Amino acid sequence: MRVIPRLDIKGPNLVKGVHLEGLRVLGKPERFARHYYEAGADELLYMDVVASLYGRNSLLDIVEQTAREIFIPLTVGGGLRSLDDIRTVLRAGADKVALNTAAVRSPELVREAARKFGSSTIVVSIEVIRRPDGSYEAYTDNGRERTGIDAFEWALRAAELGAGELLVTSIDREGTGRGFDVALTRRISEAVSIPVIACGGAGLLQHIHEAVAEGKAQAVCVASILHYGVVRSVGAQDSFDEGINTVHLLRRQGFEKIEDTTLPAIKRYLLDRGTPCRPVATGGGHG
Amino acid sequence: MASPLVAIVDFGMGNLHSVRQACAHAGLDGRITASPSDLARADAIILPGVGAYADAMATLRRTGMADALRGAAESGKPLVGICLGLQLLMSESLEFGRHEGLGLIAGDVVYLEPGAGAAAVKVPQVGWNQIHRTGSWEGTLLDGLPDGGFMYFVHSLHVRPRDPSVVLSTTRYGAVEFCSSLRQHNVFGCQFHPERSGPEGLHMYATLATTLMAAHA
Repeated sequence: MRVIPRLDIKGPNLVKGVHLEGLRVLGKPERFARHYYEAGADELLYMDVVASLYGRNSLLDIVEQTAREIFIPLTVGGGLRSLDDIRTVLRAGADKVALNTAAVRSPELVREAARKFGSSTIVVSIEVIRRPDGSYEAYTDNGRERTGIDAFEWALRAAELGAGELLVTSIDREGTGRGFDVALTRRISEAVSIPVIACGGAGLLQHIHEAVAEGKAQAVCVASILHYGVVRSVGAQDSFDEGINTVHLLRRQGFEKIEDTTLPAIKRYLLDRGTPCRPVATGGGHG
Repeated sequence: MASPLVAIVDFGMGNLHSVRQACAHAGLDGRITASPSDLARADAIILPGVGAYADAMATLRRTGMADALRGAAESGKPLVGICLGLQLLMSESLEFGRHEGLGLIAGDVVYLEPGAGAAAVKVPQVGWNQIHRTGSWEGTLLDGLPDGGFMYFVHSLHVRPRDPSVVLSTTRYGAVEFCSSLRQHNVFGCQFHPERSGPEGLHMYATLATTLMAAHA
């Protein structure tokens, strides 16, 4: 079981929102990446949340810088449209790419990319909103556009097309701290042979355990549950990022449901409950 | 003294940059190359790889790299196969048919068994798993690593060397216990990715650097 810090990136900054909206700037992503690497992250995920609206250069700079410093797998997603885009991001130092919008519009891209770069390099990202009737619909463009496509059927299709993993994000839960959508995760994971990464909603340690034990996820993405603690601890001692007002973060406005934690605490919690994962080496973890 | 030169064999697939970054971190001069003649100049050779077995072998043969790799193995310089690179060292693979490999290590490459029921596991295996010592690690790239240490794996197939004495470590996944690293003379291979395995993986690159420095001195 893997724990993957997810870093949403806008321009040069790490941001975080709720339901993928209302973004707040938290700091420089490279700093957080290094911190999480040293604290025992199993992988990292960079998601460029506005890649289609802004230039891509700052993302590539961030990826290059990160690849020089961290030696765990790095997945990069957001606005990748073509085989050329994928190649560019891999050249910059990403190990895998996450495809959503482009994959929905052109499913053959998944097949071609898997053939060209290897299945294990291609993660299909599925952003999901639960409909009132209990079914699930896939969204694109970082949760902004409806597709009319059933998320479950799309998951099966993506696996058939050659995706190496599925990243399943519940937009309903994202940023809320109310827990993962365990039913969604389980339904997809039990239907496909490839690993499923649950994303969206981690607010307590218990949620992470539920995603694995009940949701049958092979990995979880976490963001708010880690980021705010880093901002508070690191930001307090060395003006983490000049020009960014962290007061609202320190006051925890709107984030009462999210409990600050750390990667070592997550790993300990999982191991104590018999969930196999890579423990954090003692002595590390304080970059 | 100049940094030892490590040829990173490029056959058109996979993220070779992480291998080069890990070399740089260890003070090694990693050069990505598709040219067989570069292997003769290198102090060590890394054969990485992600992708399809048959395509990889076809490319290695067409470019003359397959012969150059066999020559390098005979020359006695360190040859390191990583992931698909390890599998390519073997006699043959059963990935989508039956395909001849480089034949440097006797044995074959077979699919991981997902198993059934509650004990079923996902294939590919993607993530961290433990390597358990089966022979001495002294003088190998695993020297100094803890028995049971965690390494990062991404694979659907695993190697089965015919000679069990070449196996350095095994790893359990689902119901299968497979060979996760091996060594035969100067040829080393691992199914996991040291360059993606954090500080312990980097330790292997540092060990390679130490070995090459000692050979230079």
